[in-house]
Parts: sequence; C-alpha cells; structure tokens
Amino acid sequence: MCQEANYILGQDVIDAFKNAYETEQSVTGKDILQQLIENAQIAKNESVPMCQDTGFSVFFIEMGQDVHIEGGSLEDAINDGVRKGYQEGYLRKSIVGHPLERQNTGDNTPAVIHIRVVPGDKLKITIAPKGGGSENMSAIKMLKPAQGVEGVKDFVVETVKEAGPNPCPPIIVGVGIGGTFEKAALLAKEALLRPVGEPSSDSYAADLEQELLELVNKLGIGPQGLGGKTTALAVHVNTHPAHIASLPVAVNINCHASRHKEIEF
Amino acid sequence: MTPVITIKTPFTTEAAEKLRIGQRVLLNGKIYTGRDAAHKKLVELLENGEELPIELKDQIIYYVGPSPAKPDNVIGSAGPTTSGRMDIYAPKLMAQGLKGMIGKGKRTPEVIKAMKQTKAVYFAAVGGAAALISKRIKSCKIVAYPELGPEAIRELEVEDFPVIVVNDSLGGDLYEEGLKIYGAK
Ligand code: SF4
Repeated sequence: MCQEANYILGQDVIDAFKNAYETEQSVTGKDILQQLIENAQIAKNESVPMCQDTGFSVFFIEMGQDVHIEGGSLEDAINDGVRKGYQEGYLRKSIVGHPLERQNTGDNTPAVIHIRVVPGDKLKITIAPKGGGSENMSAIKMLKPAQGVEGVKDFVVETVKEAGPNPCPPIIVGVGIGGTFEKAALLAKEALLRPVGEPSSDSYAADLEQELLELVNKLGIGPQGLGGKTTALAVHVNTHPAHIASLPVAVNINCHASRHKEIEF
Repeated sequence: MTPVITIKTPFTTEAAEKLRIGQRVLLNGKIYTGRDAAHKKLVELLENGEELPIELKDQIIYYVGPSPAKPDNVIGSAGPTTSGRMDIYAPKLMAQGLKGMIGKGKRTPEVIKAMKQTKAVYFAAVGGAAALISKRIKSCKIVAYPELGPEAIRELEVEDFPVIVVNDSLGGDLYEEGLKIYGAK
C-alpha cells in the first residue's frame, strides 16, 4: 500500500497536469508539466517512487464501531506495514525519532495516524505520504471573526506567495476554516484527500474554492516557481462550526506528488 | 520556444558566463551530489585548512538525497531538494571554484552575490520529477562520506540531464522575473 501510493500517481492529478499543459502560457511551464506527466508514467511502469521524498506516512482510518481487532494493536499493525513497505519498496526513510535530537529511525516509522470511529463494521484505511518540502510551507492563523472571508482569502494567498517555488508547484491547496486550532489543521489536511479539483459539496465552500484558485494563479509563481499561470491545480476548502470569538484558518500545501491510496476491509 | 543548450562538464567559467536565466540546459558528464550534512563537512575541512575529498574547480553539485536503488538500477529516484538549506555553505564552496549548483527553490542574496563574483550558475531541476531524472543518470559511485547514507557525496555520470538556469553569473533571478512576467499587474 505504501509502495503503490508512492509509485502510482492518481489519474485525477495526471488529468490536472494535462489540462494545465493546455492552458499554461509559459514555455518553461509547459516543459515542466510535460516532464511531470512523463515522470508519473516512468514511476508507474518501473515501480519506482515518483519523488525521492517518499514522505511522512500519514494515515486516516475510519473504523466501524463494530469492528474488533485481534492479535495486537491497530497502530502497531500500521507501523509494521510502513516498516515493511518502505524497506521492501526501496522508499526513502525520512523520519527522525526526536524532532531535536534528529536520529533517523531507519524505517520511516512511526506513522502519523488519525483514527475516527464511525457506525458500521468496515475498516477504511487511507495513506497519504506527505513530502517535507510542501508540508514546511503550510501555515495556520487565528483570525478575528470580523476579518471574515476577506481575511481568509488574504491569508491563503499570502501563504502561497510566501511558499513560492519551495513546495514544488503546481500545488494543491487544502484550506480548513473554523473549528478550533487543531481542528482547522486537520480540516486542511483532509481537504487534500479529495480527488484534485472535485468541488466541495457545500456550495459556499465550492464558490470560495473557485475564487481562491483564480487569486492564487494570478500570483504568477507558475510550475516550479519559474513563472506561469499554473501555480495551483486546485484549492479545496473544508469548513467546520466555529466559536463565537474565533475564526481559525489553516492552509496545508501539497505538492504535485499528491499521493494517496485507500483500502476498505 | 527557447532552444535547449547542451553542456558537457567540467563546467568552465567561460561556459558559465554564456548562460542566461530561463535557458533550458541538458547537462552531460560528471557531477557531484551533496546535501546539508556533506556541505557541513566540506566547510569544516576548509575552516581547518584541510584538503577536500573532491576537487571543486569547474564542478557542479546537485542537491539531492536519492531514494534507495532497486537491485538493477543505478540509483533510486533522485529529484532536487530545497537549496535554501545549503545557502550558508555555498559561497565558501564557490570560492573554491565550484561553478554550478542544481536544486530547487530560491537562494539568498549572499549566494546570488557570490555567484556574480565567482561567475557561477544556479540551475533548477524539476522538483518531484525524480523518476524521470534518475533515468538520465548513467552511473553513480560514492566518493566521500559513505556513512551519511543518502547524504553521502556521489559522483554521477549524467546524460541529457534537464535543468533550467535560475540565477546566472550576471545576478539575474528567474524566480523574480517569472513573477514580473506572469503575476497580475
Ligand atoms: S515537495 Fe513534493 S514533489 Fe517536491 S520534493 Fe517534496 S515530496 Fe517531492
């Protein structure tokens, strides 16, 4: 599962490259998009990682409340899977055991695991390996409610502008609005799991996504930050009810190597 | 459409001076790899007045930490890493004759100034096009610091390795120019 996620780029992302190739005005930009399309093909055909940064293994688990797991803990099972997948799949081990002492754990564990208990008897596991380059350019801010939607737009555009070439544009921008500090961050990350460019089911959020995408692409950062119209392939917005005093906004940037893989048991 | 320029290493001052931002270049010949850890070691040696394990004159360093190679492959996926982490070390290596750097992302004004002074060039490789890039690498051998794993210094033999000139020896910066051309007025 770790391997497939790293070798095979989703058709949604490849289609988005192709569309962008048609509309991009910059010659360099077109050239880069072409390289990315070829890169995805090579990675898939030869079963090699599309990017050498095979990421932090982030898992989203939806666990039916009637599911009973036997023979050990779910977290251990996931980490065992990561260890095996990264070793056998020739994936790069990019995790240090302590954020300040910085010794590599050597097997890409531990994973970051988000578990949600849902009705039913199914277990759905999604892995989203996340590269460091784009994760580092993400940001969160507690806005004042009075700053409203304009404040949100300014913050999103500012964050993308600040990121410039570093997150390997074209990027996908996940925006989480509302909830609490940590909820907003999670909303932003979950927004990245949606197929690229699929609008939010909420019409207010869907309109905002469209507007933000236009604003971001007006920045001119372009593919790899070398100038052009395709800075982002999509903006995805997720919202959540908020406290009367707060307006948290989180922006989680994902690079074009927007990897995820789902399975259900 | 800008023509593509082919360059064979060693990368001399003369060749470097001719390049301009925005040009697409295919590199051929030997280049070195190195990331933060290797840079730190090289600069420490220089500060102690010791000899470097590699000769830097007219060379190019590619900022990369490849994924492990599969048994039949020369190298794993090998896309560029963020260059900013090498900024504090780069001017000291340019002073030793280093002519080219390949990475992704902006450089600091100090690095751009050093490039102008020493007639060096900074190229961008396409971040995340790691599988494609690795196909252009024909051989790979570790030449220093094997203990650093993916961060060891490797000597690569490359063929038509695709890069774009971002900072030239005149102090030009494609990241800035690109924004001017394509950013909304
Ligand atoms: S930001 Fe994404 S594409 Fe770029 S190097 Fe990191 S993982 Fe790869």
